[in-house]
Amino acid sequence: MSNRITLQIARYRPEQESEQTFDEYEVPYSKETAILDGLNYVKDALDGTLAYRWSCRMGICGSCGMTVNGEPKLTCATFLADYAPGPVRVEPLRNFPVIRDLVVDIGDFMQKLVRVKPWLVRAAEKPVSEGEYRQTPEQLEDYKQYSMCINCMLCYAACPVYGLDPHFIGPAAIALAQRYNLDNRDEGSTERMRVLSEHEGIWACTFVGECTKVCPKHVDPAGAIQRYKLTAAIDSMKSFFAPRGA
Amino acid sequence: MNETESSTPYHPRWLRPRMSTYWWLEKPAYLTFMLREGSCVFVGWFAVYLLLLLDALLEGPLAYELFLAWSATPWVLLLNIVTLAFVVFHAITFFQAAPQAMVVRIGRMRVSPQAVLLGHYAGWVVVSAIVAFVLLGAR
Repeated sequence: MSNRITLQIARYRPEQESEQTFDEYEVPYSKETAILDGLNYVKDALDGTLAYRWSCRMGICGSCGMTVNGEPKLTCATFLADYAPGPVRVEPLRNFPVIRDLVVDIGDFMQKLVRVKPWLVRAAEKPVSEGEYRQTPEQLEDYKQYSMCINCMLCYAACPVYGLDPHFIGPAAIALAQRYNLDNRDEGSTERMRVLSEHEGIWACTFVGECTKVCPKHVDPAGAIQRYKLTAAIDSMKSFFAPRGA
Repeated sequence: MNETESSTPYHPRWLRPRMSTYWWLEKPAYLTFMLREGSCVFVGWFAVYLLLLLDALLEGPLAYELFLAWSATPWVLLLNIVTLAFVVFHAITFFQAAPQAMVVRIGRMRVSPQAVLLGHYAGWVVVSAIVAFVLLGAR
């Protein structure tokens, strides 16, 4: 026998309505039922018109981020039993335009992500015959935490700076820039610095710290940004006192 | 899709909810952040108060007595009590944030965030002890 809980799901059907509305659905749940399972039940058994994103259902793909009772959550890693007796309010991720129901447009984040060059930048690739780029466990540890980011954008949804100023490059993009800056194989930190030291880069962050609290992968974007501020400040002092890069 | 609809499958009409002016009242963490940011005004006031004190000291004993009398008036006293509370709040939240921004290494080992936090508090205690010694020990 299973318990039942009410989901209050935000609906937005642009062809029918100009405002968000809420529909209520009662779904069965057990200890293991994730909110995403509840949404899948709604879609399969109650209302096939519900639109939402998901893929891996195991906290890897970063697709199923939504606002659950006001908090940004990965719905595959958030369980209905923890919200009993309900109701559970499911809304789209905040700070992004809503395309339909629980689906938001992520284009802005995708464009920002590319700007910070989240890949290994090398001035010149060494030939394969010279072997691999080697790294010690300590060097790996320097950036490993930031490499855990799954681009779920919960940090953007939690960030009031991004909500108020959509030009802010945002927590995940900066954390991913740090992931490569701190990698000893990378040589792209100067290129990234140009983007990140802009007004809408690291300096727009006021260290609210919510990005770190909501991160399902413990990436700590807030820490990455503050560390980068220190790096940028030292860098600018160096260029002030030794303009020729001595 | 018919002609009366204002969107097409490929050009949907997006919903762009605006952030409330009172967003900082929505979560306790946002409110704490705003108080922390606002506390800088009180930190600024303490700096101004210290400058006024120095100015009175430089002007002589009478000016200093007047400054003390002004400081004892209820409004200034109340302002300074509120300021003290905010400055303590400012210091504690600053210390809490510090380990996130600072990565300290000793050799190849990274110092744990708790140790960085403790270091800040230890520094606070040492500086307070020196100030207390100067103020009380000098008598």
